[in-house]
Amino acid sequence: MSVDNAAPKKSFFTPFNLIATMILIAGVVVSVMRFTGGLGAVTNLDQNNPWGIWIGFDLLCGVALAAGGYTTSAACYIFGLKKFHAGVRPAILTAFLGYALVVFALGYDVGRPWRLPYPIFVQQGTTSLLFEVGLCVMLYLTVLFIEFSPAALEWLGMRKIRNIVVKMTLALTIFGVVLSTLHQSSLGALFTIAPSKLHPLWYSQYLPLFFFVSSICAGMSMVIFEGTLSHKPMHHLMDAEYLDNHDGLILGFGKATSIVLFGYFAIKVIGLAYDNNWHYLTTGYGAWFMVEMLGFVALPSFLYAIGVRDRNITLIKWAAGLTVLGIVVNRFNISMVAFNYHLPAALRYFPSWGEITISLFVVTIGVVVFRFITTRMPIFFEHPDYKDEH
Amino acid sequence: MLRRTFLGLLGAAGASAALPKSAKAGGHEFQPHPDTHGVLFDATRCIGCRRCEKACNEVNDLPAPDKPFDDLSVLEQERRTTEKAYTVVNKYAGKGGPVFRKTQCNHCLEPACASACFVRAFKKLPNGAVVYDASVCVGCRYCMVACPFGIPAYEYDEPITPRVMKCTMCAPRLAEGKLPGCVEICPKEALVYGPREELIKVARERIRRFPERYLDHVYGEKEMGGTSWLYISGEPFSNIGLREDLGTKSAPELTAGALAAVPMVVGLWPVVLGGIWAVTQRNAKIANQERVMAVKDALTKAGSEAEKKLADELSKAEVANKRRIEVEVKKAVEEALSAKDDDAENNEEES
Repeated sequence: MSVDNAAPKKSFFTPFNLIATMILIAGVVVSVMRFTGGLGAVTNLDQNNPWGIWIGFDLLCGVALAAGGYTTSAACYIFGLKKFHAGVRPAILTAFLGYALVVFALGYDVGRPWRLPYPIFVQQGTTSLLFEVGLCVMLYLTVLFIEFSPAALEWLGMRKIRNIVVKMTLALTIFGVVLSTLHQSSLGALFTIAPSKLHPLWYSQYLPLFFFVSSICAGMSMVIFEGTLSHKPMHHLMDAEYLDNHDGLILGFGKATSIVLFGYFAIKVIGLAYDNNWHYLTTGYGAWFMVEMLGFVALPSFLYAIGVRDRNITLIKWAAGLTVLGIVVNRFNISMVAFNYHLPAALRYFPSWGEITISLFVVTIGVVVFRFITTRMPIFFEHPDYKDEH
Repeated sequence: MLRRTFLGLLGAAGASAALPKSAKAGGHEFQPHPDTHGVLFDATRCIGCRRCEKACNEVNDLPAPDKPFDDLSVLEQERRTTEKAYTVVNKYAGKGGPVFRKTQCNHCLEPACASACFVRAFKKLPNGAVVYDASVCVGCRYCMVACPFGIPAYEYDEPITPRVMKCTMCAPRLAEGKLPGCVEICPKEALVYGPREELIKVARERIRRFPERYLDHVYGEKEMGGTSWLYISGEPFSNIGLREDLGTKSAPELTAGALAAVPMVVGLWPVVLGGIWAVTQRNAKIANQERVMAVKDALTKAGSEAEKKLADELSKAEVANKRRIEVEVKKAVEEALSAKDDDAENNEEES
């Protein structure tokens, strides 16, 4: 491909490369500190706050924002919305990288990362929701790898294997949705064991459902958001089909997200009513809860609706950005802000620079690998040898 | 084939994940193990001497504390259990002076840590102790998130082999027929070890005999599904650092619903999604057929119209042709006639 020849001509010292290199170097330094000095050397975690942003951001947000993989492939292959076809590969790639990085980041957070296969292969703690998360993430990472592989196989010119894999598309898609439903919801269910620690406004027996439904919003918004980010730097790689369908995909997902966000708002209110937690709304936590519900759920739902009605792509993109931010706010609230709410302020957790550096490090690796793959493999365009084969 | 195998595996995993849970929660009523032992702590007897802390430290070979155990100034600040101290005594302001309360693992009857652990590193022994096995622990610290009493502590400064540390109820000593270190050393018999049922009777008896001295509540009898460690006190329990808002549901009951949904998702989702897929396929097929038919119709219609037009054109052409022939014939006839006339005229002139 022409890209391979064009790339080395450009200077390496672009602003992106400079910042990325700095973050990567800092990440390596903190990594060495983490694995020689223990978690205590780089994190603000303590006996009261065992989970920080490595779980709150890298795991909870990472998995939610990688939900674009199952939502897009389900829309295209199960719901038969063929116009989303051009969006499937970027979404699958983002999801695959997202999950791979979640596992990578877990290597920093758990005490003995080389034992991560233990719950599945050595001793199964099947009463644990974390077991379900682990099993599903492992299986889904495998599914995403297979779903992504046709792009790599086309790039490598391995037509036979590629055709076999493509035939499995529907089965893989259904399996992917099953696994995603399970682990997206189990991440919320993780917190159902601790009603005494999570603030009642965020604690609910419906947490699994809240996590699952919000992951759908997160996934579709992330596809729009990530497509917008890739649009400029990757434009030369995007073929006519991708570009032609891009606005249609944004409008379609915008409409769907508007409706699902509305539904999410409704079930959150039902959860509030079921536990009769209205009186908490007048407290400080209540005010913050209202900010989350109105500013990051109701508002983007409304903006999406207006954007779709007026065919205003820019407004839809802003709504997508707001929804992505809203998911981060929600997962942070559950794992950190509203968690341990009964502890005095002095005992509460705030991330250290080391933790923030590793989170940035992980995201940067993701962006760099995404660029590496999309500039080489047929992600935003169809491989010329396989045109019209889908 | 492949999908079935995968789903079968997942279904089996999901079902097995749900079974022990639903079996426990299914009864809706909690029945503790008859042999379960425990410790009764009487807050009206504790004098805050910290000798239990010292005994615990020695029995469990824990590192030396920052301040010696006979230094009672540490009581001025509320402390919690750490990876270096399995038990701590805290001082609280009571109605008639300071009240002391010992903190350690409560050894729940259905422990949240054991329920939460995805490698089964925690186990509830028949003698009441909840013990931890570091040889399988991954270090995810979900047990610390799950524990409602905030007991398990973690070796954050250990880079290679960090462990979760907590009171073992001196399980190794119990196995030898000895008492837990703290119980053995307590000078005021504020701690009593024995069968849990017996301890509840003892507690009730003390409350009955000294109603002005105790509140009528045995903390730990029902909290979080019940604990092996029981407390009686003259101060409201929330005043001596024991939360009274934990409810009586055990940790497994809290997560039973979410786990029970797993096999249902595995069973129903493929059917639902497969159904939606079949409907969209069918819709696409019908739409495609309709399109083909429409094209065919259009083509036939266009064909017949073209034929009709051709016929029209032909007939028109025929008419035109006839007329032209007629005209030609007429012209020829006229020419012939006029030629005849000319001949006649010429003949007349010649004759």
